Amino acid sequence: MNNGLAKETPIFQEPFNQTILRKVTATPAITIKNLNVRIGDNHILNDVNLTIPEKSITCIIGPSGCGKSTLLKTLNRMHDETPEVKISGEVLVDGSNIYNAGVEVIDVRKKMGLLAQRPCPLPMSIFDNVAYGPRIHKLKRRKALNQTVIQYLQYVGLWDEVRGRVRTSASRLSIGQQQRLCLARGLAIEPEYILGDEATSALDPISTRKIEELFVRLKEKYTIILVTHTLRQARRISDNVIFMYMGKIVESGATEEFFNNPKEQLTKDYLSGSFS
Amino acid sequence: MQKIRNFKDKTARQVMLGIAIFSLLLLVIIGTSLFLKALPIMKEKNLWVLLTSSNWKPFKGDFGFYPFIISTLYVSLIAIIIALPLSILTSIYLYAYSSDSVKKVFEPVIDLLSGIPPVIYGVWGTLTIVPLIADKIAPHFVEFSSGYSVLAGGLVLAIMILPLLISILLEVFRSIPAEMTDASLSLGATKWQTVKKVVLRKSFTGIIAATVLSVSRAFGETIAILMVCGNIAVIPHSIFDACYPLPALIANNYGEMMSMPGYESALMLGAFLLFIIIVIFNGLSRVALNQIEKRYSF
Ligand SMILES: Nc1ncnc2c1ncn2[C@@H]1O[C@H](COP(=O)(O)OP(=O)(O)OP(=O)(O)O)[C@@H](O)[C@H]1O
Ligand SMILES: [Mg+2]
Repeated sequence: MNNGLAKETPIFQEPFNQTILRKVTATPAITIKNLNVRIGDNHILNDVNLTIPEKSITCIIGPSGCGKSTLLKTLNRMHDETPEVKISGEVLVDGSNIYNAGVEVIDVRKKMGLLAQRPCPLPMSIFDNVAYGPRIHKLKRRKALNQTVIQYLQYVGLWDEVRGRVRTSASRLSIGQQQRLCLARGLAIEPEYILGDEATSALDPISTRKIEELFVRLKEKYTIILVTHTLRQARRISDNVIFMYMGKIVESGATEEFFNNPKEQLTKDYLSGSFS
Repeated sequence: MQKIRNFKDKTARQVMLGIAIFSLLLLVIIGTSLFLKALPIMKEKNLWVLLTSSNWKPFKGDFGFYPFIISTLYVSLIAIIIALPLSILTSIYLYAYSSDSVKKVFEPVIDLLSGIPPVIYGVWGTLTIVPLIADKIAPHFVEFSSGYSVLAGGLVLAIMILPLLISILLEVFRSIPAEMTDASLSLGATKWQTVKKVVLRKSFTGIIAATVLSVSRAFGETIAILMVCGNIAVIPHSIFDACYPLPALIANNYGEMMSMPGYESALMLGAFLLFIIIVIFNGLSRVALNQIEKRYSF
């Protein structure tokens, strides 16, 4: 394991604690310059400029349809799969543009672990789902794979629920279980970035808290970007917040400042719940 | 309102039930009438001998069906062995790799191909496949082949069922939710890995069902086969030998030489055998499909 997750530290022992939130680190991990995304005549992302600091949690909030998922997908080049999507601008990850000619899309996706908005287990067993990434990227020897899969299932709090049936079909899991499975599967490719699209939307409050704790722990090693509809969640776990509206970035900033002292009228309206 | 709606609902259900029962009845009726027509010959001769003898001399009253049964199975087997891998590769290409413009050209062409009447495939097979086998392929393997052979039948049949297979397989692949393939791709899998590990796996039962459907179609194909198989009632010893599948036998002879004792009944037994082969094949594959679904459903 090269990302340090293998450290023997049990994740959930430490009680969840607001003070764990650190100050925003200064080094930008992702810099987005003049990003525009169009589908046909539809201008979905309009001149997005952003910097996202490394080893921190950045939450993207905004009303439904404003382009949050689209933005996340540009970060791991999933739009490559839909030829009608036209992208212009730059996305610099660790200083180099992931849209440069010659960049292998596989490498981008391996590095930028995307957790899709709708969890979708692959048509195989629970075990094989988590082992999918390690297998295609040849991260593990056969023997070590068992241990790895168990470990990631433990991270997302699914191991105890599925330990007796990891070899059975993943599609029989409940939606919330599927969501955690997909999280485990995404972590198992050992990405450097985690792009979570409403990663806790199907979870009960307790599981949600557990996953939030996990994210807070993971930010020691990863740069995490989360789309969320829950303002409280953004407030609880993020270091920075980005507010989007109709394909544009309206406001972004450090979490405390953003919530306590929003600058734009649109942000104030959104935070006060005048629209959603 | 409530009443009318209920009434409509009920009638619709009954009408549909009626249609379903009718199609079932049709199967029974066809089976029974063939059976009744074939009964005289089965009474006269030993059924086991009829099925296992390869002696076909209607003038002498010898009706051995073995060559015909073997020919039917042989030709269909070759057809599916050729057609299945080709159609899987083609449909995967059209599903996952081809550009939209390629799709726009190929898909109508494939639909068109499945609409071409069998007799045209037959003529084409006689003009191209048969001489190709006689002059180019067979000489490498056997001393002599007229070209009218099991292989010719299998090839023509393969070409005929290809469009059907491709369009069913495309349908099967396209029914896989995009989220699923996206999930694989976003984990950094290549297209090919995604096809291999997700698409083919997810559509495994669909592929089998498509195969069953086209094999059933192959069993029954008549005209095209009749034109290229050679129609000689002997057991083919290699794919370059002539053969004589059941449908060709029936189509070639029904209505002629009916005055010969037992001949009509024998042909009806041929039809009944074909019917049984298809019913058994479909039944078995249904059982197999159920087993597979139970064991490998993901
Ligand atoms: N393939 C597509 N073709 C056309 N329009 C699209 C396509 N994908 C997304 N859009 C449009 O892009 C806009 C942004 O969609 P996106 O999924 O990014 O929204 P979102 O902010 O994630 O919303 P939600 O909170 O509901 O998930 C929407 O108006 C959507 O209709
Ligand atoms: Mg979304």
